[in-house]
Amino acid sequence: MARNGKANGKGNAKLAAVWVGKKLKRKEDPRLIQGTSHYTDDLKLPRMLFCAFTRSPMAHAEIRAIRTDAARALPGVVGVFTAHDLTGLGMVPCAIQMPGLNLPPHPVLATERVRYVGEPVAAVVAENLYTARDAAEAIEVDYEPLPVVVNMEKALEKDSPVIHQQFRTNRAFTHALKNGDIQSAFKKADRVVKQRVINQRLAPVAMEPRAVLGEYLPGENRLTVWSATQIPHLLRTQISVMVGLPETAVRVIAPEVGGGFGSKLNVYAEEGLVPWLAMKLGRPIKWAETRRENITSTIHGRDTINDLELALKKDGRILGLRVRILADMGAYHQLLTPLIPQLTALMQAGCYKIPAIDIEIQGVFTNKMSTDAYRGAGRPEATYNIERIMDVAAHELGMDPVELRIKNFPQAKEFPFTTVTGLVYDSAKYQESIKRALRLSGYDSLRRRQKSGWKNGKYYGVGVSTYVEICAIGPSAATPAGGWESGTVRIEPTGKVTVLTGASPHGQGQETTFAQLIADELGIHPEDVNVVHGDTLAVPYGIGTFGSRATAVGGTAAYLATQKLKTKMARLAAHLLGAKPADISFGRGRLSGKGSKKSISFGELVMAAYTARNIPAGFEPGLEATHFFEPSNFTFPFGAHIASVEVDGETGEVKIDKYVAVDDCGNVINPMLVDGQIHGGIAQGMGQAMWEELIYNEEGQIVNGTMMDYALPKAHLLPEFTLDRTVTPTPVNPMGVKGVGEAGTIASTPCVVNAVCDALSVLGVKHIDMPLKPERVWRAMQQAQASAQLEPQPNDTPSSSRAKRGISVSEKAARSKA
Amino acid sequence: MIPANFDYESPRTLSEALDLLASRQDAKILAGGHSLLPAMKLRLAAPSVVVDLGRIAGLNHIRESGDRIVIGAMTPHADVASSKILHVACPLLAQAASQIGDVQVRNRGTIGGSLAAAHPAADYPAAVLALDAEIMAVSRSGERSLPATKFFTGMFTTELRPDEIITEVRVPRTEGASVAYKKFHHPASGYAVVGVAVRIKKAGTRIDSAAISITGVGHIAYRATAVENALRGKPLGVIAEAAAHAAEGVEVLSDYYASAEYRRHLATVFTRRALEQALEASGK
Repeated sequence: MARNGKANGKGNAKLAAVWVGKKLKRKEDPRLIQGTSHYTDDLKLPRMLFCAFTRSPMAHAEIRAIRTDAARALPGVVGVFTAHDLTGLGMVPCAIQMPGLNLPPHPVLATERVRYVGEPVAAVVAENLYTARDAAEAIEVDYEPLPVVVNMEKALEKDSPVIHQQFRTNRAFTHALKNGDIQSAFKKADRVVKQRVINQRLAPVAMEPRAVLGEYLPGENRLTVWSATQIPHLLRTQISVMVGLPETAVRVIAPEVGGGFGSKLNVYAEEGLVPWLAMKLGRPIKWAETRRENITSTIHGRDTINDLELALKKDGRILGLRVRILADMGAYHQLLTPLIPQLTALMQAGCYKIPAIDIEIQGVFTNKMSTDAYRGAGRPEATYNIERIMDVAAHELGMDPVELRIKNFPQAKEFPFTTVTGLVYDSAKYQESIKRALRLSGYDSLRRRQKSGWKNGKYYGVGVSTYVEICAIGPSAATPAGGWESGTVRIEPTGKVTVLTGASPHGQGQETTFAQLIADELGIHPEDVNVVHGDTLAVPYGIGTFGSRATAVGGTAAYLATQKLKTKMARLAAHLLGAKPADISFGRGRLSGKGSKKSISFGELVMAAYTARNIPAGFEPGLEATHFFEPSNFTFPFGAHIASVEVDGETGEVKIDKYVAVDDCGNVINPMLVDGQIHGGIAQGMGQAMWEELIYNEEGQIVNGTMMDYALPKAHLLPEFTLDRTVTPTPVNPMGVKGVGEAGTIASTPCVVNAVCDALSVLGVKHIDMPLKPERVWRAMQQAQASAQLEPQPNDTPSSSRAKRGISVSEKAARSKA
Repeated sequence: MIPANFDYESPRTLSEALDLLASRQDAKILAGGHSLLPAMKLRLAAPSVVVDLGRIAGLNHIRESGDRIVIGAMTPHADVASSKILHVACPLLAQAASQIGDVQVRNRGTIGGSLAAAHPAADYPAAVLALDAEIMAVSRSGERSLPATKFFTGMFTTELRPDEIITEVRVPRTEGASVAYKKFHHPASGYAVVGVAVRIKKAGTRIDSAAISITGVGHIAYRATAVENALRGKPLGVIAEAAAHAAEGVEVLSDYYASAEYRRHLATVFTRRALEQALEASGK
């Protein structure tokens, strides 16, 4: 790996990379594949009790009475708890502060009202899981139904039911981001392109549902909480506040965590309540979420309505962008709920030069589960908005969508590039990614195939998405709870290395990539580097894994801690070899003086640091260093994806034919893991484009809340992905790495939708809302054909007919004219 | 996801199983469990006893018997899908089995279990209807043969009595007929949004007889008699026209994934495609 060493790590001689850049198999995989690892629900403690919840079946209702006698009478029931029993337990936290934010109290168990289906109303603790479940079912709650509102636009109407009466409105906040002269941009425009696009609600559905196990030892005053979390330290702080213990009395352990996609970047009611009950009852208590609860009561993603207006010159130059967003908060703010749409605003300009922007976002309360961070968290929405409107604009201008994009890219020499939203993009070569994607996909031949298909009644389409995203979150000034990360590197007396990282992974593979990184720095084997994470008693305070930050921020912290150690080791080696510290170099398993005349093995040197019998004056024995890395900026990975699709003209079924992804995440530590992230990301983004939508009906009930109904992307539904990458290191960290956890998801959603709309543009279809369910696509074709019969245009060629009729099909299959 | 309390019985013989069914009123039979167990986990079903047929010998087989092929009730879908006998003698059944659910479902689910569950979007009901199969059931009062065409009475309901167990399914040899099963899969469940089974016999360039059945569209799979009538005795060219009758007289299901109007449309398209595929496979 060609490292950009500007920022840090100077002075220590560099070793040629042996492990970094290698497709090393993951250290984590054998135990995960063989099922010998331990998730929270695998843990059993002596005298452990089980917890289950009675959850609201109503979306909005007053609680008149809760009858718990029948539940209490069941043999094996240890306790039944409602809101009145929770004196001393704090609220569910929200970390976001912003001017004008309506922040409702969020009790752990519902008090007088329930506000969404799945809201916890009572908790049961029993000797076994089955009894707990039976007892939860035996609790009777009298509800007085209240009017329900699930639709954001209706929720903002004057006569809407109000979810939190103290605010007298369902508006949670208004957030504006404006820059440049938007009025004159639209005045000067040759063309103004408008489109409403809906970013539907999604369920994150991590493979492992949430789980919490709490144990309190009163003698030691020690509360230990095992939780499936992405943020063990932040959770520890919040739990200590919720249950009223000093933070030093609380230990949080995130054992094996089976995916999160942001849904475990949170602090949930159950994470406060289960430990609190364990304290009250004096026995360990475990709660493991069912899949049904996972869908009703774990945060959801997206759910925004976006009205887009793009002002352009007729040559395709963008003059300005106006965006109005309604963002569904759900009934309460979870940890970061109101922050997510603000990330959309920040990234709304995408990878284009846009002189003027005017964004206004309204957060809206509805009778639904809270939304929050879901893979991409605000950036997929931004990318979908800009990439869809670019395509609509290209079709309206009669330009190739690739040409329109390239025309508006900043040049490589313009970086660092300051965007109209105030971000400074670190480094990029947008032209190079799209060039490669065009070549790899055989773009011109795809277009030829499309043209000949159209003549034969076949609907073949090509979609392009050029994206930039924001990673390595992030500078602390821009984050609610610190954006740095900690790394500790300890070389044990036997020469084995322990790395402690605050970036607690949940499937990303840090145990492997960090080992590769540190092994190269010290000249040892990755097998000798053990990465420890997810235990607040073992690991210094850290932030966690989310926002594609683990390697760029957490990896950098570990890397810089290693540099501190190397400086120290060089000093000791110099002392033992009679050389100058500056002349010491690290080889494979050896440290040498100038000209390699004298050397000492890695093991001998380490032992010398511990035996400490022959050390320089003032030398601190042992070999351990910690670094808290504060990044100076975000990083901005980017890329270009191209998809081609064929739409069945009779049924509306979409088949994805080809998919090409060219991504740039800076330097790469393990290409296999990067490819894996891209693969999974693309699949998840396609899931949103094609299949996934969590549907609440007018009564606030989820109508497709099981895995029999909620369609996740499956391997057999996906095409083969052709991957390539460019490498543009970031100057933001010494390793030049940017982050890759969310890129695929961010890019693939608009790419697929663009391809389908492109395929049907010949019929005059302008936009179809996600997911591209066969029926929705079929209706778009039906409407377009019906409209074509009303306005016959016999001499139309595909390109000239594009967008003339401008059919848009959304949730209600509404037709709108461009 | 946590079922209510229940007893589990694992009889070794059919007669033990029949005794259990007769003695326990709300007993449920476990024959693969792909309908029953999810319902129990959601507490939509809470039987006091589950009678597992998995350890009873003699219910898992596929064999030839004169002009029929006999499939044991506990034969998993995967075995039906890969059966050499069926590929030659009754490929329609194998085709339908191969499109059920996913690999795990096909390895666990059984033909008897699927038929007894009578899911409105299951694949087997369409296949056995088009094949005029016989479903054999036993109880303590003896054995009886239920024609597939009279077996399904509604959504999740059949002619089967609570004390009866399906033992085998008998399907005719269909050599000489043109058959196909064509399915539009639900992306989450794998069930048929529309599934069409066709068995037609040609006489020269005309259609001699046609058996068409459709699943996923109505409350239970049905024989599309209007399509059959429109095909019988007609030249091969009428199939598109005939397929338009696919959902005639049927109260069409509607849900968040596919409206009644769209399902009706799919029924027509998939009926035509199934007919085309059958004729193509038999070399027109």
